[in-house]
Amino acid sequence: MIGFSVNGKRVDLEVDPSTPLLWVIREQLGLTGTKYGCGVAQCGACTVHINGEAVRSCVAPVSRAAGTSVTTIEGLSPDLSHPLQRAWLEEDVPQCGYCQSGQLMSAAVLLREKPAPSDEDIDEAMTGNICRCGTYPRIRKAIHRAAEMVAKGGAR
Amino acid sequence: MIRQKMIGQETTSENAGRGIQRRDFLKVTVAASGGLLIGFHFFGVTQLASAQPPLGSSFMPNAFVRIGTDENITVIVNHSEMGQGVYTSLPMLLADELDADWSKIGYEPAPVDPKYNHPVFGVQMTGGSSSVYSGLQQFRQAGAAARALLIAAAAQQWNVDAATCRTESGAVFNGTRKLTYGQLVGAAAKLAPPANVQLKDPKDFKLIGKPLKRLDTSVKINGTAEFGIDVKLPGMLTAVIARPPIFGASVKNFDDTRARSMPGVRKIIAIPAGVAVIADTFWQAKVARDALRVEWDEGKMANFNTSTMMQDFRERAKTPGPGVRKDGDADSALASAAKKIDAVYEVPYLSHLMMEPLNCVVDLRADSCEVWTGSQFQTVDRANAARIAGLPTEKVQLHTTFLGGGFGRRANPQSDFVVEATHVAKAAGAPIKVIWTREDDMQGGWYRPAFLHAIEGGIDASGNAVSWRSRLVGQSIMEGTPFVAMMMKGKAYDPASVEGVDDLPYAIPNVTVECHQAEIGVPVQWLRSVGHSHTAFAVECFVDELAALAQKDPYQFRRQLLQKQPRYLGVLDLAAQKAGWGKPLPKGMGRGIAVHFAFESYSAHVAEVSVTDGKVRVHRMVCAIDCGQYVNPGIIAAQTEGGAIFGASAALFQELTFANGRLQQTNFNTFPVMRMNECPEIETHIVESKEKAGGIGEPGVPCAAPAIANAVFAVTGKRIRRLPIRLTEAV
Repeated sequence: MIGFSVNGKRVDLEVDPSTPLLWVIREQLGLTGTKYGCGVAQCGACTVHINGEAVRSCVAPVSRAAGTSVTTIEGLSPDLSHPLQRAWLEEDVPQCGYCQSGQLMSAAVLLREKPAPSDEDIDEAMTGNICRCGTYPRIRKAIHRAAEMVAKGGAR
Repeated sequence: MIRQKMIGQETTSENAGRGIQRRDFLKVTVAASGGLLIGFHFFGVTQLASAQPPLGSSFMPNAFVRIGTDENITVIVNHSEMGQGVYTSLPMLLADELDADWSKIGYEPAPVDPKYNHPVFGVQMTGGSSSVYSGLQQFRQAGAAARALLIAAAAQQWNVDAATCRTESGAVFNGTRKLTYGQLVGAAAKLAPPANVQLKDPKDFKLIGKPLKRLDTSVKINGTAEFGIDVKLPGMLTAVIARPPIFGASVKNFDDTRARSMPGVRKIIAIPAGVAVIADTFWQAKVARDALRVEWDEGKMANFNTSTMMQDFRERAKTPGPGVRKDGDADSALASAAKKIDAVYEVPYLSHLMMEPLNCVVDLRADSCEVWTGSQFQTVDRANAARIAGLPTEKVQLHTTFLGGGFGRRANPQSDFVVEATHVAKAAGAPIKVIWTREDDMQGGWYRPAFLHAIEGGIDASGNAVSWRSRLVGQSIMEGTPFVAMMMKGKAYDPASVEGVDDLPYAIPNVTVECHQAEIGVPVQWLRSVGHSHTAFAVECFVDELAALAQKDPYQFRRQLLQKQPRYLGVLDLAAQKAGWGKPLPKGMGRGIAVHFAFESYSAHVAEVSVTDGKVRVHRMVCAIDCGQYVNPGIIAAQTEGGAIFGASAALFQELTFANGRLQQTNFNTFPVMRMNECPEIETHIVESKEKAGGIGEPGVPCAAPAIANAVFAVTGKRIRRLPIRLTEAV
């Protein structure tokens, strides 16, 4: 039995501890917003937070989540109110949308650590997340815009 | 194995043959709920019923729109949403003519039904950058027809002449009286639809031409958008397939002793695609699949090497090939040219590499079958699923989910990912989801074909281009598709191989284009911008080489040769001007330019690059696009940015190679995609135009590679003749 919290809810699961967290989240917990893209931590589509840190859940065994607090895209905000989600809407970022959960989860850690990120900071934080549609210019703009929102609006 | 069976052709000939024939748009049929249906032939009520809310709460004036008593308006979209924004642009067309309140507009994927067939290609599909321009009339007429019905209903209630009524923002007005569309649902459903409808004068458009925000963003940023891979059915099992390591290989025998005893494994079966492991979860299926020991009969491709293939292509390019275009006499003009130059351009096989790997869900019952997948080819996929299931086509329903990227891969002429899932479902005895791993997807074929393009050109003593001879060698992608008859028409070459050079727009008096068709057992398919993805590279790089030979500026050289091509000139000038062509750049940086026509749109790019330690960095791309009358400039900009990045990824990084029949690349680490830190600044400038609408999904791709390659020349003085760019190979 492996126990942890997901988006604030406690879960206890009978699962092979070597199973990647990604597939436990998607198949056992039914949270399909976190995506499978490569299985080898190359594309970032599976990014979730474990205790606030961005983790590639496709290569993290579920055992690593034991006793931790996991956040997925479904837990980023209940109502699209996270500054990144608001900025994503304003910049019309997604195209196919498949990578965007991972993009947002990576960006959320960046914005928390660096409330006013530079372009270099964005490069560093976001280069692990591939977007085949090529939404990078809009992701960059949206991160800057979200940073402005946070600066103007104070705490989120 | 894959190329032997021309399945798509066989199952779709009925529809494909109809080609451009337009159906009677305003054919009237009574719909299931007593509402009215204006639209194309209406076969059966099940599809419509599945797209309908409870009786009485709404009505469908036609196949493309449903109006609710709650004022919500749902546009039924017959093109798949794969990033290109059709769930916004097509509803805009309908909503504008309907004078709907945009905040009440929603979208819904169309079921598979002939009434949703592509008006040009005759099957239900998404491709060729054609959704907006082929849907323009269809969606506008559907909106206008619905509006006319609502006006008629209101006029009847008020007992006034319909001509005295007007509509605005989801309501009909007469003087001070107002009835909302929702209030008119019941009355309108009882009326016969109008025989003719008047479309708006474009000057009266309220939505068309505006950069409206996409309607599908919310669900794509909170995890709720349902892609094929996310579909879950009660009792569903998941399968992963051991696939042949070589194209054409087949299973000789397999040992599943270990795999069978692994947790969660339900069944292991041989199917035409390989050996399928069916388990409770993906991970169980994947681990057990990896534990299989499969012995393959390797087949004819076991010794296939791309290096040898390209050597063969080079030899073939030395001999004349089937003629594609002949203006004047290119050979004589070459012989008498003051100066001449020749160059051989080579591009590799490419993978579509959608972020969402291929997958398909099938629920097969005794007398019905439901399929959920991200399809670009619904008519074909449904027919192929029915054939494998052994059911009549009408017993199969196909649900189009969101597509996590398509780029052409999900319009497979043989429905490979649907066919194999249906095979698995037959054996599973439960609803089944087949998931391809990233490696399965990359190694599964249907690539952009590798091409060689040899060009010779000459200029006269004044530096005017006088001769051009292109000779291409590569595989056909139309062979084996439903479009082979329509596209090839008995030609000895595939038009999709030469598109973008057969219409060479430059004023050169002597032009010859020839194309050798190579027969190679690597399955190939359309990939975003298809033939243009390689012809633009060769043509636009060679124009630069001719300009250098004539000692002219590459932009001015093009201008001079495009004097009779106003739309090419328009985008060329716009891109050059916005990029500051001719203005000095910092040391170590250079600009390159390219212009191209594809999918009914004109496009030009200027790239700014630097080269450090042999590594090319693209800093800025300025893109101009003329897609005629446009619908949503925001989406056009997004597609142009995405197209430039897609083209730049291919130019800088991407190559599939085979050694002894085996693909050498497996995942993003060996077939890279441009990343955030490599992404240039991109500007898009749209030409204001009253010309016929063109495409936007693909036209942004072709110019990227030649603009970058020409910029590399500007910096290094070295010519790039092979993609991906490797400076060690430059000449």
